[in-house]
Amino acid sequence: MKKIFALLCVVAAFASSEASATPATDALLAKYKSEGASKFDAAKAKKDWTKEVDGEDGKISCATCHGTDLTKAGEHHKTKKVIEPMSARVNPERFTDEKKIEKWFKRNCKDAWGRECTAQEKGDFLTFLLAQ
Amino acid sequence: MQMKSKIAALLSGLLLVSGVAVAEESLIEAIVTPLRQKEVRPVDNKQYKDECGSCHYAYPPGLLPSRSWEKLLNEKALADHFGENAELDKDVLAPIYDYVMANSAEKSYWKRARKIAVATENGEAPLRITEVRYIKRKHHDIPEKMIKGNKDVKSLSQCDRCHTQANKGVFEADTVRIPNYPDWKD
Repeated sequence: MKKIFALLCVVAAFASSEASATPATDALLAKYKSEGASKFDAAKAKKDWTKEVDGEDGKISCATCHGTDLTKAGEHHKTKKVIEPMSARVNPERFTDEKKIEKWFKRNCKDAWGRECTAQEKGDFLTFLLAQ
Repeated sequence: MQMKSKIAALLSGLLLVSGVAVAEESLIEAIVTPLRQKEVRPVDNKQYKDECGSCHYAYPPGLLPSRSWEKLLNEKALADHFGENAELDKDVLAPIYDYVMANSAEKSYWKRARKIAVATENGEAPLRITEVRYIKRKHHDIPEKMIKGNKDVKSLSQCDRCHTQANKGVFEADTVRIPNYPDWKD
């Protein structure tokens, strides 16, 4: 019985993380794998989300602009422009364009961490966001 | 009869001249648009709106001369865009650059764009719209607490925080609502 429950849990977890996947995110995750990434780790991405790095105007992390409740809108730290939610469940449109996802990874990794993210990091973040 | 032909010649001459001068903004369009008399041509390029407007108010190109836009809209400059990374792929940047250059202040017939063109004619081209003399002068009388010290505005660069019709290129005083200062005019 326990085994069946565990199995169901695994299936449910798998199904829910897959629920928000799109052809664009599937293609990107496959690309990151081909670039050397191993198994994607959403838990690590969750930690990295709030990892603060010294920026020009004090400490900055992903959460500085996107917040920690990903189902809610964030706010650009300088321009105060509203940034629509990052959660794939609430804002699925965000995950439909490969080029756009790559563009924002490039810009925002450089802004927050001062460098581009690795394929592994991007895959971790994407997996994490798709499960939100 | 002679008069008529003179007028015709004058008109055709005018059309010829204007045809050259308004390569980008058609004269007909300029004449039949009433807001041109006082405002700035609103942004009507989807790519520009999408790419630039995702981080900040999509400033109408008529708010700066092409000498300024040139300095802003290249790969190197965009990598450090007022401290932010705003890099664009070449194939995305090219059409945006063309749109902006074609509609920059000195190429526009809209009145505010003309004023900005005049204000930026000489000297170094400003990088910030808020550094344009004409814009500075227009905001000169507004106390700092209403802009910088206002948590819902923060900076003069956030046009659309107070200019409620900024998205239509309208900046007229009657359309201004300063957050937290409903009686700002008094």
